[in-house]
Amino acid sequence: MSTIPLQHVENEPWRLPSRGVVAMASLITAESAIFTIFVAAYLYYLGRDVVGPTPREVLEIPILGTVCLLSSSFFIVLAEHAITHARMKAFTLWWSVTILLGAIFLGDTAREWYKLIVHVHLTISTNLFGTTFYSLVGLHASHVIIGLLMMLVVFAFALTGKVEPAHAERVKVLALYWHFVDAVWVVVFTVVYLIGR
Amino acid sequence: MGTDTPGIPIGGGIEGLDRTRPHTTRGTYLEVVHSWVVTVDHKKLGILYISYALIFLLVAGVEALLIRIQLSIPHNTFVSAASFNRLFTMHGTTMVFLVGMPILFGFGNYLIPLMIGARDMAFPRLNAFSFWISAFGGILLYYSFIGGVGLSGTGSAPDVAWFAYAPLTEKAFSPGHTVDYWAVSLIASGIGSIGTAINILATVFCMRCKGMTLMRIPLLPWLYAVVSFIVLVAVSPLTAAQAMLMIDRYLGGHFFDTQAGGSAILWAHFFWIFGHPEVYVLVLPAFAFANEIIPVFSRKAIFGYPAMVAASVAIAFISLGVWAHHMFTIGMTSFGNAFFTLSTMLVSIPTGIKTFNWLATIWGGKIRFETPMLFSIAFIFQFVIAGLTGIMLSISAWNWQTHNSYFVVAHFHYVLVGAIVFMIFAALYYWYPKITGRMLDDRLGKWHFWLMVIGFHITFDTMHIPGLLGMPRQIYTYEADRGWGTLNMIVSAGGFIQAIAVLIFVYNMVHSYFRGETAGADPWDAWTLEWSVPSPPPVYNFASDPVVSSRRPLWDLKHPEDQDAPYE
Repeated sequence: MSTIPLQHVENEPWRLPSRGVVAMASLITAESAIFTIFVAAYLYYLGRDVVGPTPREVLEIPILGTVCLLSSSFFIVLAEHAITHARMKAFTLWWSVTILLGAIFLGDTAREWYKLIVHVHLTISTNLFGTTFYSLVGLHASHVIIGLLMMLVVFAFALTGKVEPAHAERVKVLALYWHFVDAVWVVVFTVVYLIGR
Repeated sequence: MGTDTPGIPIGGGIEGLDRTRPHTTRGTYLEVVHSWVVTVDHKKLGILYISYALIFLLVAGVEALLIRIQLSIPHNTFVSAASFNRLFTMHGTTMVFLVGMPILFGFGNYLIPLMIGARDMAFPRLNAFSFWISAFGGILLYYSFIGGVGLSGTGSAPDVAWFAYAPLTEKAFSPGHTVDYWAVSLIASGIGSIGTAINILATVFCMRCKGMTLMRIPLLPWLYAVVSFIVLVAVSPLTAAQAMLMIDRYLGGHFFDTQAGGSAILWAHFFWIFGHPEVYVLVLPAFAFANEIIPVFSRKAIFGYPAMVAASVAIAFISLGVWAHHMFTIGMTSFGNAFFTLSTMLVSIPTGIKTFNWLATIWGGKIRFETPMLFSIAFIFQFVIAGLTGIMLSISAWNWQTHNSYFVVAHFHYVLVGAIVFMIFAALYYWYPKITGRMLDDRLGKWHFWLMVIGFHITFDTMHIPGLLGMPRQIYTYEADRGWGTLNMIVSAGGFIQAIAVLIFVYNMVHSYFRGETAGADPWDAWTLEWSVPSPPPVYNFASDPVVSSRRPLWDLKHPEDQDAPYE
């Protein structure tokens, strides 16, 4: 007979990981697998087109969008820091800067697509490059859109004063997703605009 | 039991257990249906998953019987060639996506919160969403029978086999909507699977009751966490590949369009990157059931708990690097052949560890041959044999000879039926009392077991032989002079014996629900937390939050003088 184990259990503090973080990490794992497949297809089909145009002929490096998207990760960290320390005005400011930068990235992608579709006549059905390019970049852009929509919801709540320091953890979970969207862009950018071009 | 009794995992000791009489909800039929549709309770969703899967098990079983009738004699005209293609496509797709995954998720949903002492899953509404979107996928797949009017106009379910190799699935070769139904329904059920996997991981790691450290989680939740990880990294590629297929079919893309430089092999890679880990998604829950059932009926704690956990994690990682053993005949470099032969053989190490651990658990135990234990013992033997033919098939040179023959069909049915379906039956016998409050009839259970074992071996032992004689899979008929006729007749006969066994089981489920012996909270004298609550468990699960100090909290409760903790 031993009383030790239970008393031990009763006294030790019982800490469990945050379910939001675990769930978001799981979602990111699943999403990474999806992106891996699209990246693999992009790399596999590089240079196998039967008809043009090729990436080298038509792609330009989207510098503005890339700078905006990558720097938005920095501003969302500032926003996380602000809400943890209960500075709600600063939080709203950095949060809106993040959204703005994400929106500029999206606008830059839209401008690129407009040029490719209208002037270059490259569509998703033109050739393998078109198919893989629009699916991979489009898959990433759709993630940016989802991220922006979720951040806009938080922003709307922040403006009406509904976001409180108690929500810091939820904000962090959402920020985790945004960091993932950024990290994926590093991969997509490298594959599409550096290796593929 | 006095108040000073030490080591009590649940407030108040064995008398303190919640013994509230389970109340049955009464109401009009509409109210009952409504309560099931809007429920976010993990137990109700678990029952929904299991019922949904059992219905499709019967449907896909009937499809299997139709296939067997067609193949029982040479030159049979029971079904047409086109219908035969639809039958084996629907049989395979249904069994994997609408039976295997949902039934395993159903048990996971029902048992994990109860086993780790939680009130519910981590995200109850996500749970309900995952079930209903999976159910939508299944219904969509079967709607194709009446909705997918293809070229033939005869009503067309998909006929591209469960792996749906490109470019057969492209618009040029599969006009009409049959492939669309297949792809969209699998995307829908895939989203459901990923949602459930996320939920299970969050539940196992974040909802444990006090004292349940990682090394005290019962093995079932542990293995489900591993399964969920595999689902995340393996089902997602399938979803991605299906999205590519839809881009090809609807937006005129060229991913798998060989005319425009697209690759048919890439689809095969993408499919099997999903397809092989999927085998472990299905078999690990079967292992999980065995890990719970075998110790209870051997009256011993599981042998080698840390080794079991480690072996499961090892299986998860190895399973991600073996997919191309499905593609030896497509042609690879000799390095590729050697790599995938070796990585496939590696799987036998962790699975071997598991087998020896089960045997060591049984060894020297006081074995009770109740129906769940009978199914578990048959499972061990059949799984070992399936593993042996698996090692044969992993050798690329042997694989070239037997690829896509009935030898392969016999091998994977040995795993899917001999291991997984057997353990699903064991789990149903074991947890049915917990879910319904009534025992399944033991005499009928024995009939079910013996007919199932006999039918199984008549069918699937025999099926290896026509495979070695060269009978390819997915053919709708064969010439009489091949010498396959008698063997196929035997295979079909065994199939019907199994069908009778399953019918007995269905009767047993229905009969026992109304007339079965009352189970009580703990009919098997078991040790995990789900048996500490009434059967069926109340909506709130635990009246007071349990606290555990070992892997077998109910053992500690029943034997306060001989606690587990010092031995773990």
